Amino acid sequence: MAARLVSRCGAVGVAAHSSPLVSCRRWSGASADTVYDVVVSGGGLVGAAMACALGYDIHFHDKKILLLEAGPKKVLEKLSETYSNRVSSISPGSATLLSSFGAWDHICNMRYRAFRRMQVWDACSEALIMFDKDNLDDMGYIVENDVIMHALTKQLEAVSDRVTVLYRSKAICYTWPCPFPMADSSPWVHITLGDGSIFQTKLLIGADGHNSGVRQAAGIQNVSWNYDQSAVVATLYLSELSDTLSSLVWSTSHEHAAQLVSMDEEKFVDAVNSAFWSDADHTDFIDTAGAMLQYAVGLLKPTKVSARQLPPSVARVDAKSRVLFPLGLGHAAEYVRPRVALIGDAAHRVHPLAGQGVNMGFGDISSLAHHLSTAAFNGKDLGSMSHLTGYETERQRHNTALLAATDLLKRLYSTSAAPLVLLRTWGLQATNAVSPLKEQIMAFASK
Amino acid sequence: MWGSGKLGSSGGWFLRVLGPGGPNTKAARPLISSAVYVKNQLSWMLQIKPGVFNEYRTMWFKSYRTTFSYLNRIKSFRYPWARLYSTSQTTVDSGEVKTFLALAHKWWDEQGVYAPLHSMNDLRVPFIRDNLLKTIPNHQPGKPLFGMKILDVGCGGGLLTEPLGRLGASVIGIDPVDENIKTAQCHKSFDPVLDKRIEYRVCSLEEIVEETAETFDAVVASEVVEHVIDLETFLQCCCQVLKPSGSLFITTINKTQLSYALGIVFSEQIAGIVPKGTHTWEKFVSPETLESILESNGLSVQTVVGMLYNPFSGYWHWSENTSLNYAAHAVKSGVQEHPISAEFAFKGETEELQANACTNPAVHEELKK
Repeated sequence: MAARLVSRCGAVGVAAHSSPLVSCRRWSGASADTVYDVVVSGGGLVGAAMACALGYDIHFHDKKILLLEAGPKKVLEKLSETYSNRVSSISPGSATLLSSFGAWDHICNMRYRAFRRMQVWDACSEALIMFDKDNLDDMGYIVENDVIMHALTKQLEAVSDRVTVLYRSKAICYTWPCPFPMADSSPWVHITLGDGSIFQTKLLIGADGHNSGVRQAAGIQNVSWNYDQSAVVATLYLSELSDTLSSLVWSTSHEHAAQLVSMDEEKFVDAVNSAFWSDADHTDFIDTAGAMLQYAVGLLKPTKVSARQLPPSVARVDAKSRVLFPLGLGHAAEYVRPRVALIGDAAHRVHPLAGQGVNMGFGDISSLAHHLSTAAFNGKDLGSMSHLTGYETERQRHNTALLAATDLLKRLYSTSAAPLVLLRTWGLQATNAVSPLKEQIMAFASK
Repeated sequence: MWGSGKLGSSGGWFLRVLGPGGPNTKAARPLISSAVYVKNQLSWMLQIKPGVFNEYRTMWFKSYRTTFSYLNRIKSFRYPWARLYSTSQTTVDSGEVKTFLALAHKWWDEQGVYAPLHSMNDLRVPFIRDNLLKTIPNHQPGKPLFGMKILDVGCGGGLLTEPLGRLGASVIGIDPVDENIKTAQCHKSFDPVLDKRIEYRVCSLEEIVEETAETFDAVVASEVVEHVIDLETFLQCCCQVLKPSGSLFITTINKTQLSYALGIVFSEQIAGIVPKGTHTWEKFVSPETLESILESNGLSVQTVVGMLYNPFSGYWHWSENTSLNYAAHAVKSGVQEHPISAEFAFKGETEELQANACTNPAVHEELKK
């Protein structure tokens, strides 16, 4: 929708450029009163956190920031008794970012759960891999999305002199400046909202999700495909004496996902348990092969006696907590254009199997905020490509690697064909045996 | 894909200038000297002796340009200085004139002809900012240079003026070339914050010396002194408009064999990036000469540091080596015009301070007397 509008929106006397990006606007009248330094389009987890990061940045005290959110303001007066089914796994790096502008303290005061160990089982064999941090540091935190959003909203309200937040404001049209500075045309990006109001900005940050309007309007190519999978999320009660809750994300085929969501709770619990415990998919061949490698590893390297956790048993599922959403992969070919930058899902969309989606977004925020802060302290034009390309290079390197790895894992684990199962069984056992490799993986994922 | 445009656009410009017969059509990225060349538009003004100039300068010069352009063409080959008189037409033919006029609008194209000057901001803005911050006790976050008055001499299109304005300073940018000031004015008019903080004027430094004596906290003359005909007078004027303990920032090119080889021979004659005769190596200023003139005018040199341009990456770097480009920071002595009591106070300390090679500007003055 935005793509259809952008190239013709408001253009008067368009210069003859072939690039779809360009729609020059001859701005003969006086410019509007405020030119925002940064406009963040999209007020989700990543967009709100970006606005916070800039609002609390010391070199941005003189700047004007605007956050546009299409939805209504979500006010959380009191923490609900029931846990939300949308949770995120927050890495230590993301937690550092959130604490840099004070949001982590609010989260700690509400609720979150730290975890120190991660174990991965294979359904078709006995292989497993365990990530364990020796030095008692937290490996990550599970936090409900509502809690994070509430913390961010609170922090944004505290800097309302610098950051303006507009709710129920959907941008419908973006007008880009001419690539070559021309005498009469405004050099800023113009954003038109649904109600007709227009904002000018020196830098537009697109944080509007995987169907990003900013990305489409800018004409940035997006490499994407849909997995034939949907994810079912639910909140489970594990069968332990104390009342421990767990969050479930089950990625499976569309039909199976639809069945899981619609079946009644008892049947759902049975389905989850059998998925964990059943060895219907095990074959003798794989089992033997796996045992062989395990024996070899045991000879070469004395195994550490660390507690090996059995798969969980589910007692019941929280009522009305089952939801499904489709899965896919996406990666924008460019993260930046003059006066435009993409962060979060607008730039990259990943399978939830590694719990990295929002963490990659927070990583984008750290990098972009750092580059913008340095640029502001050097008095640079914030929309200048020189520092935006620095952000793009830094993040594309990291994100492409993670995206490729996640996609590979997803494909590897989606099949029960014997050769691939053998490959992944041995691969998993071998990786589990090599501690330095595991440490590298953990370090990469916690950034 | 935006990065690759860099090479293309400057190469393209090069072809326009030299025509299809140019031997090295695949020109390398414009080297240091192009950064010097592009400032040459203001060179004519600063070379003309102050006496010639009066308030009718602008009108006089406009007629001079149109009627005398051909005479200048003939003269220019015999008198290199005279060529530089002819303002916007720094070189001979109408193709060059067109290039210059086209260039006046190219200031703000970050991947264009002025790309090296844009990227030089990464060095010179922090240089100016950090040295000025040392003199401000409590600076406001977000507007670190708030309250400072800065003069940017030879501002061109305002490439350095705008960043200083964004850092909170009140900046006055002066340039003798009309088109440059027009471009600069137009560019800053879109930003309401900068519009208030920056003021541009078409004039020379000598013209405003009387009215602005001792009013600026800092004077910036970046890529200017290598075009000035009378360096001594220019620096004297800079000193006059500075407040006591004010700072003077200069970036320029050294006069060495290396700068001749790279800046003149390579850029102008071999690669032809810069039209022939734009620079005269004799005009380059070595740090030692600069330092001696500054010291004799009551400015004490605090820092001299080299800058190196990497034509492939398009970025500048600080360097120990000052044989090509360098930046200098000098501070005007804090002593007032008739510091009789101060002289007596310092006389007693002269001997012990001499041994310590102190950089106290007041003592320097004393030692010279």
